[in-house]
Amino acid sequence: MENIISPENIVYEKPTLLNDADMHYCPGCSHGVVHKLIAEVIEEMGMTEKAVGISPVGCAVFAYKYIDIDWQEAAHGRAPAIASAIKRLWPDRLVFTYQGDGDLACIGTAETIHALNRGENIAIIFINNAIYGMTGGQMAPTTLMGMKTATCPYGRQADLHGYPLKITEIAAQLEGTCYVTRQSVHSVAAIRKAKRAIRQAFENSVNRRGSSLVEIVSTCSSGWKKTPVEANKWMEEHMFDFYHVGDLKNNQD
Amino acid sequence: MKGNEAIAHAAIRCGCDGYFGYPITPQSEILETLAVEKPWETTGMVVLQAESEVASINMIYGGGGSGKRVMTSSSSPGVALMQEGIAYMAGAEIPGLIVNVQRGGPGLGTIQPSQGDYFQATRGGGNGDYYVLVLAPSSVQEMADFVDLSFELAFKYRIPAMILSDGVVGQVMEKVVLPPFKPRRTEEEILRECPWATTGRKGGRPINVITSLELRPEAMERHNLHLQEKYQQIRENEVRYEELLVDDAEYLIVAFGSAARIAQKAISELRKEGIRVGLLRPITLWPFPTKRIAELSGHMKGMLTFEINAGQMVEDVRLAVEGRTPVTHYGKMGGIVPTPDELIERLKGDFSL
Repeated sequence: MENIISPENIVYEKPTLLNDADMHYCPGCSHGVVHKLIAEVIEEMGMTEKAVGISPVGCAVFAYKYIDIDWQEAAHGRAPAIASAIKRLWPDRLVFTYQGDGDLACIGTAETIHALNRGENIAIIFINNAIYGMTGGQMAPTTLMGMKTATCPYGRQADLHGYPLKITEIAAQLEGTCYVTRQSVHSVAAIRKAKRAIRQAFENSVNRRGSSLVEIVSTCSSGWKKTPVEANKWMEEHMFDFYHVGDLKNNQD
Repeated sequence: MKGNEAIAHAAIRCGCDGYFGYPITPQSEILETLAVEKPWETTGMVVLQAESEVASINMIYGGGGSGKRVMTSSSSPGVALMQEGIAYMAGAEIPGLIVNVQRGGPGLGTIQPSQGDYFQATRGGGNGDYYVLVLAPSSVQEMADFVDLSFELAFKYRIPAMILSDGVVGQVMEKVVLPPFKPRRTEEEILRECPWATTGRKGGRPINVITSLELRPEAMERHNLHLQEKYQQIRENEVRYEELLVDDAEYLIVAFGSAARIAQKAISELRKEGIRVGLLRPITLWPFPTKRIAELSGHMKGMLTFEINAGQMVEDVRLAVEGRTPVTHYGKMGGIVPTPDELIERLKGDFSL
């Protein structure tokens, strides 16, 4: 055993920017994986001293407790406005927001659309799990038709609740965005792709190429009332049908 | 120049790093003047028209939280929209400047002048136990002078500062001596002066987090006690007011901003009639010159609080006077600015002169 645990045999390491604080996320939640990817990318880019993250109101409100960079915690939905100002005032910084679907696509729709449309040199990481996790499983702007939540207990129906919002498709139409993509983190292959997407979005911010939006279609096992394995399966079977994974826009192509 | 223009020029000259705002009458000249002056080509000051007042105030949150001297301006309904962000700034101890060129309310109200936001400005305005530092200019000169002063105080105490102006002071044209030019702070200066700011975690220092959130009751109580201690320090050190003909006065008018200018005219007329009236003009509305008003109340036969509203500051005057002398109020609403003659008549009536 002693012989095996040696530096030259390391095949996997936790990024040093991801600290040892116990995460408050539920088992099976996608947030932990995305946090790890962000920490890895910042570290690999050598941007620890120049990164500023903006955390949302929602499950990721405490993102600043887990990734050891400077953070500002935003009012609900306002992260893109905060990021816009920081990036304009500190043009050489890597500035990104980390937001859920309620924060980004509901209460913060105006801030999201306008920051992206102005072409602010920021990256937005958008966790879409189609539900309000933090407040206990209420309907989100991205809740699928027919999906049951605490505030649409008989399933989302158009006449009562309207339709799920594909804000990432809207973002792709805006002149200010240079990179818009939808990813997931439910398999090793997907995690690798998502990491590349985050890297590109962060590089776009540093190199001032315009706004980037990386949506991560995510699971919420607690909100969906499923085991982590069931949640991944449910996401593949239902979410991907409506939220198609892949690049929607990439001006570097 | 106009009071609003003076604000814009003073901002460029006092090392302001960024202005973020949304147009609203009667203060749009601030953003318009900045757009014409293009300070991003000279001092490097950022100027951005935001999508809403909600976005503007959060841009101030972001910019101030990263150690920059940033400001926004608006008028009453727009400042109402900003209250969430101001409370967050107070909680997170973010310095910044908010200019309110007041108009009449409530609601969409009118575009004519008013002082109806006194309560909103001096009572916190948003949720929780907090204050913002409020300066009330009564001239175009003070509009210019208070920009730098607000930034200095805001950074000294890590507190949002507000210039509570009104449509009269914003729109009136007067001569003004603009403040001397002061360069924007360098990155090194910001890192030194604002070690708490989110500038990027240089040299492996502990991370900086700007937040108003704390879920542990004991820690949140400690944070609130810290804020209250800071407010007490501000009360002790930063009260500003101006007095006119107070020494021999039997009656005192208390008025701020444009109302104080009208009161000055009324006092010179009353003095000609031999009625000994003085003026106390609070310059800081919070902290309020409570002590001075209490001292003066012992020598006065009566006090009249003159405001362009239904009677808001009069509550603070009465709290200071504690019944030692009668305190009355005169004011008008709806965007009507009272005349000196109306004030004279009212003062004579109130005190049977």
